[in-house]
Amino acid sequence: MAWFKKTKEIRTDKKGKTPEGLWVKCDGCKEIIYKKEIEKNLKICPKCNYHFRISARERLKLLVDEGSFVEIDENLSSVDPLHFKDSISYKDRLKENQKKSGLKEAVVSGDALIKGYPVSLIIMDFSFMGGSMGSVVGEKVSRAAERSIEKKQPFISIASSGGARMQEGIFSLMQMAKASASIGRLKDNGILYISILCDPTFGGVTASFASLGDIIIAEPKSLIGFAGPRVIEQTIKQPLPDDFQRADFLLEHGLIDMVVDRKILKETLAKIFELLI
Amino acid sequence: MIRYYLEFERPIEELEVKIDELKRISDGKDIDISSEIKKLEKKVRDIRSEIFSSLTPWQKTLIARHPDRPYTFDYINMITSDFIEMHGDRRYSDDPAIVAGIGKIQDMPVIIAGHQKGRGTKERIYRNFGQPHPEGYRKTLRVMKLAERFKRPVITFIDTPGAYPGIGAEERGQAEAIAVNLMEMSKLRTPIISIVIGEGGSGGALALSVADRLFMLEHSCYSVISPEGCAAILWKKENDLGTDDFSRAADALKLTAQDLLAYKIIDGIIPEPLGGAHRDPEGTAKNISEHIVAAFEELKTKTPGKLVEERYKRFRKIGSFIEETE
Repeated sequence: MAWFKKTKEIRTDKKGKTPEGLWVKCDGCKEIIYKKEIEKNLKICPKCNYHFRISARERLKLLVDEGSFVEIDENLSSVDPLHFKDSISYKDRLKENQKKSGLKEAVVSGDALIKGYPVSLIIMDFSFMGGSMGSVVGEKVSRAAERSIEKKQPFISIASSGGARMQEGIFSLMQMAKASASIGRLKDNGILYISILCDPTFGGVTASFASLGDIIIAEPKSLIGFAGPRVIEQTIKQPLPDDFQRADFLLEHGLIDMVVDRKILKETLAKIFELLI
Repeated sequence: MIRYYLEFERPIEELEVKIDELKRISDGKDIDISSEIKKLEKKVRDIRSEIFSSLTPWQKTLIARHPDRPYTFDYINMITSDFIEMHGDRRYSDDPAIVAGIGKIQDMPVIIAGHQKGRGTKERIYRNFGQPHPEGYRKTLRVMKLAERFKRPVITFIDTPGAYPGIGAEERGQAEAIAVNLMEMSKLRTPIISIVIGEGGSGGALALSVADRLFMLEHSCYSVISPEGCAAILWKKENDLGTDDFSRAADALKLTAQDLLAYKIIDGIIPEPLGGAHRDPEGTAKNISEHIVAAFEELKTKTPGKLVEERYKRFRKIGSFIEETE
C-alpha cells in the first residue's frame, strides 16, 4: 500500500522554509517558475494551474473562517508497536519528522466554521512522513467523523498521502477498515461528507475514507490513485499515458465530482452546504 | 509425483528422494528393506518438524505462496457441498481473481468468496495471480449483500499478493471498490468469518476481511506491504535486492499468524499438518471447516444489530498511540 514514493526533491518547501534558489520546477508542466510568483499565487503554477503541495496550516488559513478553528486531538502521538527499524528506528524517524514539520503527526484535526457553517475536519500534511496513515491518523479520522455525528455537522477531509504507514505494519492496514467503518456510521446518521483530494493521494488513504465522500473534489492536476505510477509501470511494463492519475483523468472516468481551484474552494463548499444542509 | 521443495526444505527433499528410490528398488523384488525405509521416514519427520518449528517470517511467506498450497477453490471443493458459483459485478465484467458463490458447510448454507490463484502458467494468467480488479471486489460485495438479505453467514478466504496495479484497474476505481467494501462490510447485518489461507496482501486482502472473526492458517501471512516492496522502499536498491533484504523486511513487518495473534488482530491460528497445508490439504480443510462451524455457532446467537455494533468496536479500537493529557 505504501507504494508511492517521494521521488523528486524539488517540491514546495523543506523544513517549512523557502528552499534555496529562486526558481522552482513545476510538477504539472515541468516549467521552471520564479518562486515568488508562485507564492503570491497561493502556490499555484501560473502557467499550468498545478496546485503545489501546501501544509495543513496553510490550508486552514485558506479554508476556514478566521479565528474559528479549534484544534482537537492534537495530543495524540504515535508509538512504535512493531519496534520497526530501518536505517534509523521508527521512533527517531517520528522525532525527525516532528521537528521538520512542526507537527505531531501527519494530520491536523478540529472543528471550524466555513462561511459560518460549522464543520468537523481533518487535514493531512504530506510533509510529515509523506502524509502516511498510521494509528494516529486513523484514530483522528474516526474521532472527527464521530464528532461530526454528535454535533450533526458536515465532515470534511483534505487528503494528501502516500498511503498506509509501513512502519506500523498491520496496525496501519487496519486503520483503513477503522476509518471506513466510521464513515459508514456517519452516512447512516445522515451526515454530509465532503472529501477533498490533493497532490498526491494514494494507497490506503484513497482505498479507504478519501474515496467515500458524498462529494469528492480534487485540486487541479493532483496525482490521485490506488497504486503509484511507478509500481504500475513496473507491473505492466508499458509507459503510462500523460494525464494518467491526474485530477482530470479521474473526472473523466467518473471517480470524482469536480476539480476545484484552491482559490474558490471555500466558496464552493459554502455553496454545497447552502444547497444540501 | 513431482513435489516442489523450497530452498530450506532441501534436507527433506534429499531424504524423500532416497526413500522413493529405495521403494522403487524393493518393489516386486525379494529384498526387504522396509525397516530401512521406516527409519528414513522417521528421520524425515524429525527433520521436518525441526525445520517447521523454527520457520523465519520470510520462510513462512514462501510457504504461504507455495505453488502447491491449496487455493480457495480447493478448500471449497473439500469443505462444501452443493457449491454453486456466481459470476460478475453486473457493471463491467467477471473477475476470475475472486470466486464467489453459495454452498453448504456441514449442512449450513453459506455465502463464500475468496481470492483465487491459478495453478500452471495458463491458469495463473487467467486468475491474474490472484490480484483482483475492481470488478472482483464489487462481485464480492454483491454476494455479501445477498447473504445479508437471505440471512446467510459470509465466509471469505484471503489469498492475494494485493489488488492489481494496472491502468484499467485505476480507470475503473480500484481504490473506490476497496473503500466501499471496507465500509459496507463493517455494516453488513450477517456474520462474517474470514480465513487467511495464504498471502494476505494489503488493502486487496483487507477488502475481503472486515470480519467478526478472523483466522489465519499457521503458515500464512498478512501484511500492509510485501517484504519485497518494503525492502525496495527501505533500501532503495531495487534491482539487486536479495533474500537477505526480504528476510530483514519480513522480520520487521511482523506479518506471521503468530505475530498477529499476539497483537490481537486475529482470533485464532488454524493449525496446518506437519510440512504445511500442501502436504495434507484434506487435513487442513478439516481444521478450517471446524473453525468455521465453531465460530458460526457462537456468532449465530447474536442479533444483526449486536453483530454490527461489535464489529464496529472491534475495528474501532485497533491502533497503537499515546494521548498526553495536560
